[in-house]
Amino acid sequence: MIGVILAILIVPLAAGIASFLVPARVAAGITIASGIAAFGLVLALIPSVAHGTLNYLGYLRADAVSGVFLLATGFLYAVVAGYAAGYLKDRTDRYSRRFYLGFNVFAGAMLAAPLMGSLALLWIAIEVTTVVSALLVAIENTDGAAEASWKYVLIASAGLGLGLLATIFAYYAGAQVLGPHFSLAIDPLIRAGSRLPKTPVELAFLLAVLGYGTKTGLVPVHTWLPDAHSEAPTPVSALLSGALLATSFYAILRFYQFTAAALGSGFPRDTLLAFGIASLLLASLYVFGQRDAKRLLAYSSVEHMGILAIGVSFGAPLALAGVLLHVMAHAAAKGSAFMGAGVFTVKYRTKQMHAMRDGVRLLPWSGPLFLLAIFALSAFPPFGIFRSEFQIVAGGLGSGHYAAAAVLVVLVTVAFFGLAASATGMLLGPAPAASPPGAPAEPPPAALPPAPPPPGEPSVWMVVPVLAGLAVLVLLGVHPPAELTNLITQAAAQLGLRGTP
Amino acid sequence: MHAAPGIYQGAANVIAALMLLLEFGMLRQALVRDQVRLYVAQSALISVLAVVIAADRNLPDLYAVAALSAALKVFAVPYVLRRLLGGPASEEPPGVAGSHTLSPATAVLVCIGLAAFGFFCFGSLGIHSPQAPALALAFAAAMVFVSFGLMIVRRDVASQAIGFFSLENAVSLAALVLAAGLPLLLETAFLFDLLLAVVVFGMLIRAQHARAESLSTADLSRLRG
Repeated sequence: MIGVILAILIVPLAAGIASFLVPARVAAGITIASGIAAFGLVLALIPSVAHGTLNYLGYLRADAVSGVFLLATGFLYAVVAGYAAGYLKDRTDRYSRRFYLGFNVFAGAMLAAPLMGSLALLWIAIEVTTVVSALLVAIENTDGAAEASWKYVLIASAGLGLGLLATIFAYYAGAQVLGPHFSLAIDPLIRAGSRLPKTPVELAFLLAVLGYGTKTGLVPVHTWLPDAHSEAPTPVSALLSGALLATSFYAILRFYQFTAAALGSGFPRDTLLAFGIASLLLASLYVFGQRDAKRLLAYSSVEHMGILAIGVSFGAPLALAGVLLHVMAHAAAKGSAFMGAGVFTVKYRTKQMHAMRDGVRLLPWSGPLFLLAIFALSAFPPFGIFRSEFQIVAGGLGSGHYAAAAVLVVLVTVAFFGLAASATGMLLGPAPAASPPGAPAEPPPAALPPAPPPPGEPSVWMVVPVLAGLAVLVLLGVHPPAELTNLITQAAAQLGLRGTP
Repeated sequence: MHAAPGIYQGAANVIAALMLLLEFGMLRQALVRDQVRLYVAQSALISVLAVVIAADRNLPDLYAVAALSAALKVFAVPYVLRRLLGGPASEEPPGVAGSHTLSPATAVLVCIGLAAFGFFCFGSLGIHSPQAPALALAFAAAMVFVSFGLMIVRRDVASQAIGFFSLENAVSLAALVLAAGLPLLLETAFLFDLLLAVVVFGMLIRAQHARAESLSTADLSRLRG
């Protein structure tokens, strides 16, 4: 499997470099091929990681938990690569080549993170995702993009500074037991368990939640997220939301594992519960009153990261399995929703939802698909998020966390109303009239609302990936493949059983 | 009665205290070129500390870390920053001077409070060993808080970037105190990563300068988080 792991690391990087050197149309093809190849390689890795941990060269490592996050990122990379081909069809050659360079390297860094066997390398991979994605956020070269990218790189890098401090405290704790030449490898740290000194471990976990939580989008360190998601090109927004946030959450899970092994699971679970509830509460309220379609989805991402944190805080195997399924389902659902919203922004040439009306008629495919993606995000059956949230809530109730489970259900319902109200307005709201009723006979041109665009999809490349995302969501919700169920069960066991001494 | 600290512990504590003072200097300094000079001095102290630890604890890898750190932070980062600031050395780029959101005196007072909070919180945690002087760690924590303060109270991209780079110096200080035995490969990777961050910060600073003809962030207020 070492060949497969190395290929996962190399293919996106090579595709990025190649994309920069060839014409944009060829770069689009290379990126799609790289996305599909990376996803195929991840699929090839899954049977092995479902049966045990792979360690290579001292610094590469993959287990079932890694497999879950690799699947989410690999799938999203493949479908968004296809979407980008349609999204960029009217862009200049220079813009597209720069975009594909950054896009592939960004995806490669996100795929690399779960394959790192050391907390230090994990930090480096996540820092690389920050610097590359900050440039992608800025690529539109608008005032908003410049502002969002500066805030993003400053806040996320400062957060990752705390993440690095967490890594150093983890080293200090590990070195007390494993000796000064400890390489921050994950497995020995978990095995050291209760022999680790308590205070440095507590500090490492708190700093990790704050530091990596900044990139995960946990409240109150989420402030870069809505701006960056709304100002980035839509394919980047989809990757940021569906994959990057989860990758950062993966780092928190690794700290959770050895912290729970050292201190028992009470302290890390309580910490995650506090951050999770705060995130869910703020996000479910903020989805109301959003006017920008992509900001709406960005706050939905904060909500879902809160759900992940709450799910881990429940600690029950069923809830942990739900969390891991949620990582994959959220990647598919949020990717689909962002891609759908991107079709609207291209069609209406605005991100403002009040200007997007009559979407069902004007976008006969993307309109209904976007609505389905919103329903999927809102945990409607038969989509995967329904199953994952059901498992999380059932796990919470089963482990006696009645109040937190009830709060989760209430706030998810609140968020649903906010999302549904906005989405139905975009799809079913009346089309803007050519001239407003009661308007003067010859109003000045500036007073006229923009004429509605003609019906039709901007590009078939922007429809098929959304369909693929929704198909995966139905599969995850109705009948997850046995191999996937096995992978999730193993991963939940690694998080739960190893994590609780 | 406490025993007097050894040469290594004493050196580590003195260097850490000097680094904190330089951090306050950056906070107080109105001109970005002076901030860069203070950053160079702070970074040089990090390399000196690495050499002291390498000699005291017989960790030859740390000599390489000290050299790499000096090459990057004492020479490369300041060079990149000065190139980005452009113009003659006597000329301050627009948008930096007077970018304090608080008056300098108030900002220093607030950051003294933050530093005291970090110093006493981390100092009271009891994380120390013969290899890890608690006082130096407490100074590193205080530096982390002051560097956050610097990023918050200054409204220009150059000062905010210097705040981030000095945050990285604070983390480097903590790393030298707590994790001096970290493998060279990982230390090198951290530094390479800093280089990447510097390049990206530089590109974004240049973009802001080109767009607004100023380094001020006053016009970056359209988005509300």
